[in-house]
Amino acid sequence: MPRVTALKEDPPESLQRQELGSAVVRFAGDSGDGMQFIGSQFTQSTALCSNDLATFPDFPAEIRAPAGTTFGVSAFQINFGATVIKTSGDDCDMVVAMNPAALKVVLPELKLAGLILVDSGTFTERNLHKAHYDTNPLEDGSLTPYRLIELDISAMTLEAVKEFGLGKKEALRCKNMWTLGLVYWMYDRDRQVTIDWLNVKFTNLPDLAAANIAALKAGHAFGETAEIPDGVHGFSIGKADIAPGEYRTVTGAEALSWGLVAGAKLAGLKMTFCSYPITPASSLLHTLCNLMDYDVVTFQAEDEIAAVCTAIGASYAGSLGITSSSGPGIALKAEAIGLAISAELPLIVVNSQRAGPSTGMPTKTEQSDLHQAVFGRNADSPLVVVASRSPSDCFDVAIEAVRLSVKYMTPAILLTDGYIGNAAEPWLIPDFESFESFPVEFRTNPEGYQPFLRDEKTLARPWATPGTPGLEHRIGGLEKDFDTGHISYDSANHQRMTEIRVAKINGIANDIPLQTVEEGDDKGEMAVVGWGSTFGPINRAVNALRDEGGKVSHIHIRHIWPLPKNLGDLLEGFDQVLVPELNKGQLSTVLRSQYLTDAQTLSKVSGQPFKISEIEAAIRDRLEK
Amino acid sequence: MNVVTPLKKLTPADFATDQEVRWCPGCGDYAILKAMQRTLVDIGATKENTVFISGIGCAARFPYYMATYGFHTIHGRAPSVGTGIKLANPDLDVWVITGDGDALSIGGNHLLHVLRRNVNLQVLLFNNEIYGLTKGQYSPTSRAGTRSPSTPLGSIENPVSAAALALGAGARFVARSVDTMQKHLPVIFKRAHDHNGTSFVEIFQNCIVYNDEVFAEFTAKNVADDAEIILEHGQPLIFGKQKNRGLRVRSGFIELEAVTIGEDGMTEEDILIHDETNRALAGMLALLEPPSMPVAIGVLYCDPGSSYEDGVKDHMDEALKHSSGHDINALLRRGHTWTITG
Repeated sequence: MPRVTALKEDPPESLQRQELGSAVVRFAGDSGDGMQFIGSQFTQSTALCSNDLATFPDFPAEIRAPAGTTFGVSAFQINFGATVIKTSGDDCDMVVAMNPAALKVVLPELKLAGLILVDSGTFTERNLHKAHYDTNPLEDGSLTPYRLIELDISAMTLEAVKEFGLGKKEALRCKNMWTLGLVYWMYDRDRQVTIDWLNVKFTNLPDLAAANIAALKAGHAFGETAEIPDGVHGFSIGKADIAPGEYRTVTGAEALSWGLVAGAKLAGLKMTFCSYPITPASSLLHTLCNLMDYDVVTFQAEDEIAAVCTAIGASYAGSLGITSSSGPGIALKAEAIGLAISAELPLIVVNSQRAGPSTGMPTKTEQSDLHQAVFGRNADSPLVVVASRSPSDCFDVAIEAVRLSVKYMTPAILLTDGYIGNAAEPWLIPDFESFESFPVEFRTNPEGYQPFLRDEKTLARPWATPGTPGLEHRIGGLEKDFDTGHISYDSANHQRMTEIRVAKINGIANDIPLQTVEEGDDKGEMAVVGWGSTFGPINRAVNALRDEGGKVSHIHIRHIWPLPKNLGDLLEGFDQVLVPELNKGQLSTVLRSQYLTDAQTLSKVSGQPFKISEIEAAIRDRLEK
Repeated sequence: MNVVTPLKKLTPADFATDQEVRWCPGCGDYAILKAMQRTLVDIGATKENTVFISGIGCAARFPYYMATYGFHTIHGRAPSVGTGIKLANPDLDVWVITGDGDALSIGGNHLLHVLRRNVNLQVLLFNNEIYGLTKGQYSPTSRAGTRSPSTPLGSIENPVSAAALALGAGARFVARSVDTMQKHLPVIFKRAHDHNGTSFVEIFQNCIVYNDEVFAEFTAKNVADDAEIILEHGQPLIFGKQKNRGLRVRSGFIELEAVTIGEDGMTEEDILIHDETNRALAGMLALLEPPSMPVAIGVLYCDPGSSYEDGVKDHMDEALKHSSGHDINALLRRGHTWTITG
């Protein structure tokens, strides 16, 4: 039974909820404990409280690792508050550990004096042994720097659901609901969203729905009625100042999928999405295969090469060909991407980056494929590269990738990463009618046609699809004659064709927005330049230093290739350029080579996103020098 | 009164491009090209609706010589590009032109999967048992012992049987022909074209430079009648100059044997009737090899089933019944949303 300390004598004042500006909570348990599920439920409920928020689901590599082991721990972190959030948070204010292994894994993430909620019912000798604890941390005093709430959640869950006659194993599955109920109470969240969800989810299993709801309510009731140890009386968090409008939570994978669908619609094209399963990119395939009613054809190929080649075939025939993978899979597609460059066909390549090289750490995030995207093919083979900065940003970036790909008849690589793909944030849902369409005009006029005629302005060749009378033509990966489109081995012609392929991509710099400064002035002591998922921590860090009077600015690059044409001049306005990247310095190498600027790298390759404090410290360190 | 101008009937020359054909003089590919140009006339194909896709190799130059749509892609991947074309526009008539290296070595995986998916396109595999474009190395169909620039002591690998592999992959149309069979090739091409699903055709093609006469032991004029058996659905499996040789199931074994009608009491009644819908028979025919057995030429197997595109279309049609008219705003608002008021 719960070890509940005796009720104190003077309750009224101390029982009031403690006001917080924001909080970081991390749920951790076995991969079968339903931590991702309660994390997403907590997210929904928190969004309804008008808090700003950001989440970070942190999956184990194993699907079902042996129960109770540290490598099987699945965690979900949420940062929420009355203030602007932008990151999933640095150190945690509270961790929820469903077993000893989870405690072991999350404890280093916890602030001193932070809260620990553990299910003491799982702290058996066997589980302690599996987590490699020599002594029980609940008893050996090692947790004294923290505030510990140890409750036998297992036993209380069994008690709460016993009337439903579930087996012990099934009944114990409800303990995540009990826990969620208690955490709901602690942070003053509404339970109804979860109750509604359970009723829908278990429509055909009403007993299971009822048991889960009972557990949820029991956890909540425990918070209300029992005295929780260590003087915790719950917290309240004010509403964030959020722009009015209709919101939802969205993950990067969802926003990216919908952005591709929206992009195809704006281009007036059908979409053919071809992919081979790979972590963490598969969620795109899973999302899009349910959108057949939006004319989305999905194709699970036999391998990465087949996936990209099928997408190229679809583009050749007039659809929007898209392929999606992660770094190792993109490596396999490189030759085919070269074909799309040579044949000058639209193609979208989504790279959900993960830690590498080789198989690396599939479930952990990294930004180390920038060079692969920009340079990673044989020969001079330029293409478009864009990067998304956050889950909701994926929507806009996907549309931009489609726009550039079809307008310039070029492959476009969209860089996202495992963190963005899985993380969720609230999204002010845009009105699709406000997006400008860019309808594709297929060539139909045979007069004067040859396949490599070029538009004077864009330098793009016409898109003529099989089925069009009078435009029959042959294309391929062999060099084409500039004037006729036939095969050519002429040396001067190859020079000319290489130049024009480069000029076509470089010219796109005139068709993308100028680089803006996210935060701060366009001159100063330091520009902190980022790309991709480092947006949140860089932005928060720069803000913090500006609050102290630091002359620091945040520049975040969406168009990686070609780069915005004012970027070089912009960087010249700063004494220092610092590039925080989850790699060993790939963007900074590009900036150095393009602008001869002394860009410095702040590198992190631990599989985890940057903490705000890490970037703050790096900026401070350099400003003080 | 309206006068309807009859559509000008296309001729084989209309399907030829102005590009100089760059195969070696005497290459078997010329004959296949000619047969294809004739076939397209015979089947009433239109230039705009016909697409030739190839990978890399000598055979892969084929699309440049056809005045249709053509895409010369990368090594081994033509079946994938072809699949994409059919997903985007199932109405196009797609011919994949490949060779033994392209289809069975670097592209082996894609061949397997295009066949099992049954994408409605034709795969023509020009088998010359050698790498021609890279100057004569042994290929996955080269017989063991083949001496080549990369196997000076003779190759030590066993060759793959293209037709047996296709059957194993689940192909529902498997046929064979020979580059020099100018009457037979168009018949097979037409059959392949008419089949719904992937049609796999292996063409024994002579490489005059690096592997000359490698098939002569059964294709040479003076031996072909005895060394080849021309398959006809519903007809007895008879071959030989005298039309007195035939195939039957060896008594007590699951294998074919060649017998002579009129000897050992054999009559035509004893000879098997070719049933191209019988997969087990097709499997045995695919593996017949000279000199003891004739090489099976013609349609080994044809048993149509629904194509991959049929399946995609069924799913799409079903989904579109519940479509909200492609309303993106509705898509973005699926699931749980909330409103913040100012």
